[in-house]
Amino acid sequence: MALKLRVDDKLIVRAREAAHRITGEVQGFIEQHTTTSTERAVIRLFGVEGKGLDDVPLPNLVVENIQDGGGLDKGASYWVCNAMAQHSLSAQEVAQAVGQGKLDLIKVAQADEGRIRETAHLIARETLDRIARNRQTRSGFINQWGERPAPWLYIIVATGNIYEDVIQAQNAARQGADVIAVIRSTAQSLLDYVPEGATTEGFAGTYATQENFRIMRRALDEVSEELGRYVRLTNYASGLCMPEIAALGAVERLDMMLSDSMYGILFRDINMKRTLVDQHFARMMQAQAGIIINTGEDNYLTTDDAYEAANTVLASQFINEQFAHRSGMPDELIGLGHAFEMDPRQEDGLLYEMADALLSRHCFPKAPLKYMPPTRHMTGNIFMGHLMDAMFNLTSVATNQHIHLIGVLTEAIHTPLLHDRALAIENARYVFGYARHFFEEFDLKKGGLIETRANDVLQQSVDLLEHIEHVGLMTAISEGTFGRVRRMPTSGKGLDGVVAKGPQHFNPFFDLILKGGER
Amino acid sequence: MEPNWVKPYGDTTNDGAMQLSFTLPVKNGGVAREAAKRLCESMNLENVQIVHQKDLGGGYTFFVVYGRCTQAVDIADIHVPEVQAPSWDMHQVNTIAHEKLGRKITVVGACTGTDAHTVGLDAILNMKGFHGNYGLERYSEFIVYNLGSQVPNETLVAKAIEVNADAILVSQVVTQKNIHLSNLTQLVDLLEAEGLRDKVILITGGPRITHELAVELGYDAGFGPGTVPSEVASYVLKELLGRKGVII
Repeated sequence: MALKLRVDDKLIVRAREAAHRITGEVQGFIEQHTTTSTERAVIRLFGVEGKGLDDVPLPNLVVENIQDGGGLDKGASYWVCNAMAQHSLSAQEVAQAVGQGKLDLIKVAQADEGRIRETAHLIARETLDRIARNRQTRSGFINQWGERPAPWLYIIVATGNIYEDVIQAQNAARQGADVIAVIRSTAQSLLDYVPEGATTEGFAGTYATQENFRIMRRALDEVSEELGRYVRLTNYASGLCMPEIAALGAVERLDMMLSDSMYGILFRDINMKRTLVDQHFARMMQAQAGIIINTGEDNYLTTDDAYEAANTVLASQFINEQFAHRSGMPDELIGLGHAFEMDPRQEDGLLYEMADALLSRHCFPKAPLKYMPPTRHMTGNIFMGHLMDAMFNLTSVATNQHIHLIGVLTEAIHTPLLHDRALAIENARYVFGYARHFFEEFDLKKGGLIETRANDVLQQSVDLLEHIEHVGLMTAISEGTFGRVRRMPTSGKGLDGVVAKGPQHFNPFFDLILKGGER
Repeated sequence: MEPNWVKPYGDTTNDGAMQLSFTLPVKNGGVAREAAKRLCESMNLENVQIVHQKDLGGGYTFFVVYGRCTQAVDIADIHVPEVQAPSWDMHQVNTIAHEKLGRKITVVGACTGTDAHTVGLDAILNMKGFHGNYGLERYSEFIVYNLGSQVPNETLVAKAIEVNADAILVSQVVTQKNIHLSNLTQLVDLLEAEGLRDKVILITGGPRITHELAVELGYDAGFGPGTVPSEVASYVLKELLGRKGVII
């Protein structure tokens, strides 16, 4: 007995194969290109930190220097490692010299290519060792304390001030949070650089910086010790700096990251070529660091109807999964997103929500699914909102979801007040405990509303995926397939940062991680 | 006018019943309870009952409180500007527009600034509509351009000029530190600079928008939460007819 769906499993195979071919069709383009943000991520992974002239982050100055000299088609590691080899400098010293305007990387005499690659692989290996140690630290904590049963409670902090965030995050952990997400400052996803240092002024969120990552990681390790369980840390990678932020997350032991192959395109109007190239490197580094990614399909249901557009969510989940696989990511790290967003006036809405949640569960059995609370139909009626959140909580535990973003009764009003969050946690813990083994106790009615709905959505998802395969992913996005948002291949921000790789291009992290390298 | 004093209603006229919930930065216990009670009394509540108190950790306590309000309000003395529009349905709007206006009505809508939340705009414009009330796209006499989310004001104005819009609809849902206000006033400034402000009907809507606020910001009308498409359609049509000198 269990809430097991009986659906036509051949359709699942068809969906997955279509998604495999859809992503394969753009993978060639992805692998033939690099981006300014991918190259900056490499510089950051070489350990470069700090600012140069006009307070511009050093990784930006280095990549701009190379791009201005027309050398980015070889990749930033080529030029930086060349300068390191020729002048016996560290990556940081090279970056500082460039940042002070004392060194033009393109003008440094070019060493033997083998020597350049050797230098690059040496420092890349040091970084990969550090990332491997982070994984060991994490699994050490988890082995010591054990895991809590899913759904994990995922709670947001967003004060704008990293030190206030620390207080809120530690309090949320004490109240029961399993995962803390620090919301980014508004529109940081559109900045083409990652700010430096600890920040205390954000706009409805706190800047994602390497130092802020460190501060929050330290704070959560502290409270983990206090509580005797590992509290996970999440931040956002999607955006113009997706690869850089993913790299920083890998180095500073973040545990989860919002990392979607299409979110930036659809909801931040970032150019699709830029995002598709960026996500490949970002997810490879996240996979290497054991970071669970969260994808953003839930957003489609804030701009499209949850009952009618469920197939766009499932289709996109298959696409996100296939892109993640192409970055070497195992299923256990692919936290596909979806949401509880149907109209509360819909008769049997709870059953349809359960059908959709079970369908994602069934199609992606190993994925730590991320389930998002109602937002679209939340109003100022907090009493009704609290009830809707309870229905969401019930659906989540009853269908075996994994990462559960807490629904707060004041969703439509303001960022949660202290007691709003406490009431939301109380609601979730009550329902999770009260219905803990719901999933195992019931069998689904054959041909009933839930099974019929799930089969319909699955069939529509296959149809949609096969259509996308037919027209191509980029055309599908420009048709408004996802979230009814239309984006064109040449529109959006950041296209000027997409660069065709030359024959000599190399990126030591691709070499060592995806091409087999030596590890 | 005769004063008309009212008090909150629980189950008996003028019983003044009110409920509150709040948190005090006081450790849970007798002192916290008394502090909550005295605070409510100082807010002119009487018969204060602390029905629930809970330790939130870190020296904070949450309260749920009932009390009787001792104050009353004279509603005869209140004047709130509201959008003046007939309550026509879709069919009536189409018929009246066809017969009295004699041409189609063009509207351009957008969520401006960094706002990505199109819920409100879509509720008014999309075919499907809201609360069973079809959106303007479904109206045979309306031509609708829905520009979607995160539209710069400049793009919105350019589109309005391009399609010779009769009305511009701006939705502002998410607002941080009142950025929606500067977005909204910047649009008015732009339209004035283009000499367009008097030629279009300028409308805004969103959960924090009232008609009074909209008028203050230089808009013709503001629609708050719960607005259905036919209200917006009726208003636009009535305005256009009024500007044309047609009396309904």
